[in-house]
Amino acid sequence: MIVFDQVSKEYNMGAVKVTALDEVSLRIAPGEFVAVLGPSGSGKSTLMNLIGCLDTPSHGSYMLDGEPVGRLKRKELAAIRNRKIGFVFQNFNLLAYATAVENVELPMIYGKVSTGERKRRAKELLEIVGLGKRGSHRPSELSGGERQRVAIARSLANQPEIILADEPTGNLDSKSGGEIVDLFGNLHTQGKTLIIVTHDDRIAAHCKRVIRLLDGKIDSDTLNSAAPVN
Amino acid sequence: MSAFIEYFYEIKKEKLRMLLTMLGVCWGMTNIVLMLSVGEGLYRQFTRSFRGMGEGFVVFWAQQTSKPFAGLGIGRRIRLSEEDLGLIRSRVPEIAKISAEIEVGEQELKLARSTVMASLCGYGPAYGEMRFFFPEAGGRFINDVDEQQKRRVIFLGNNVRDKLFGTGVDPVGRILLFRGIPFTVIGVMVKKYGVGGGEHGNDGDLAIIPYSTCRTIFHRDWVGAVMFSPRTPGEAEAAFKGIRALLAAKYRFDPTDEAALGHFNAIEMAGTLNNVFRGIQLFLGLVGALTLIIAGIGVANIMYVTVRERTREIGIKMAVGARPGYIIGQFVTEALLTTIVGGAFGVALALGMIKGIRSLPIQHEVMEYLGKPVFSAMLALICTTILTFIGLLAGVFPARRASRVDPVEALRYE
Repeated sequence: MIVFDQVSKEYNMGAVKVTALDEVSLRIAPGEFVAVLGPSGSGKSTLMNLIGCLDTPSHGSYMLDGEPVGRLKRKELAAIRNRKIGFVFQNFNLLAYATAVENVELPMIYGKVSTGERKRRAKELLEIVGLGKRGSHRPSELSGGERQRVAIARSLANQPEIILADEPTGNLDSKSGGEIVDLFGNLHTQGKTLIIVTHDDRIAAHCKRVIRLLDGKIDSDTLNSAAPVN
Repeated sequence: MSAFIEYFYEIKKEKLRMLLTMLGVCWGMTNIVLMLSVGEGLYRQFTRSFRGMGEGFVVFWAQQTSKPFAGLGIGRRIRLSEEDLGLIRSRVPEIAKISAEIEVGEQELKLARSTVMASLCGYGPAYGEMRFFFPEAGGRFINDVDEQQKRRVIFLGNNVRDKLFGTGVDPVGRILLFRGIPFTVIGVMVKKYGVGGGEHGNDGDLAIIPYSTCRTIFHRDWVGAVMFSPRTPGEAEAAFKGIRALLAAKYRFDPTDEAALGHFNAIEMAGTLNNVFRGIQLFLGLVGALTLIIAGIGVANIMYVTVRERTREIGIKMAVGARPGYIIGQFVTEALLTTIVGGAFGVALALGMIKGIRSLPIQHEVMEYLGKPVFSAMLALICTTILTFIGLLAGVFPARRASRVDPVEALRYE
């Protein structure tokens, strides 16, 4: 359960204070499938960084599964990211020198999973995202869609409850993008909480709940009855 | 995978950069190993040649007074007699061995038609051990019977033997003439290393006859110098003080008058020289270490560049749950690997150079003093410790910067 209570995030840009997120209150229950929409500069990324524990609020409180995240140390935040959250980025953010299997293993290394178990699970996850035969390839040898699927496999490595995706289809052609969206649909049916930041309305159409941000505030928060039933 | 794979990837990607960094460490390490090895060689060589002089003895001789005493003026010449030895032996308990000596200077020794100059001395039997006059196989030094019976026997320095009988010839039992008197050769001194350690030149040029025989030939009724060894090395000063007090009473000079009796304490000298040479070695080691520190700065510099270049990668790792400690560990490991690999090549290079230097057939006199570089286990330990320390230092600061990277910023970093 994600609970934001009047969360603000301010950045100091030299002498000017920029409010990226302005007293946002929000509640996302386990298993929800949420799209976060908004024009650039509306605070989407900031919201994602806060939910993902990459950053901490300037004001207000963020409770993740009843734990106040704002007071945690960097070490503890890292542990939460490792256990509870899976990230999928627009530019994939894979390690260039590592193979697909090794990339998927990465969160499990930090989660202290044994080597044998790590390898086994990494291969299994690549199988799930449809890359069972591409495990020994490096990112440079994979297409954009394949890279994003590796990233999704990686986000699932430690079986987190929440998957955060930031413009996951932004760098993909529409066909690969469609496949990625389908994958997210599958994850949703498995009970994961999915939060996808996008400005692509076609993706938003698949989500059960759509949150629109504008100037750091929630502009609208609606249930999408038109979303396909999986 | 983890740190090692990343490191090899980094080496592959930045071959020249890594090579140059390692070259710096390699050279720094070569430097410190060579410096310390040369220092060690110098120390050993000096110890060896210093040992040639003998060990654990004190020599003293009479000089002139420099302080007025009991109405007597300064500048009064003191002259020791043979009786003084008996007196000292009975009154100064710290003394183990004591013996008088006569050094006559250059004298002619004759064998058949050949004549050779040698530095002739009359020494007591105790000198053999104290001054390291070791006989070659088949020979012996002057013994108590020689001394008591004023035998006409002679112990030759190896150089004298070489000139008189030929190099390496065993002359024991042969007879030579000194002042027309026949002397039987009883032994030849084992060659001493380095400078030879003699008080007046090379001990190889000595020709030694019993003290009693010498005194009779030259009609000496006074003693030039006396050598003694204390029961334990620490008692040398106390023994000499006892002697000075005793002789001051006998010859009526101020017991605090240091000029009345001259002395040379080989024990104290050995300690001082030991410190001097350890000091030289420490200095050489420091010079080497400074070079290595510069190499360490090079490693740290490269690590900072690496951290900057890999900011995004650090961000990715943090996003998937790498704790700051893990990031620190990774970069420290890389810095350590660079220094250790570079250092290993440095040690290998230095060892090769040492081997090369040692195998050079240099017969120059300078080498007699300098000795040859020696690498020891102790030096290996010192070098490894310094290297590891520098590697850690070179890694820790860049690694700390890496661990403080803001993941949000890092993921956006291009």
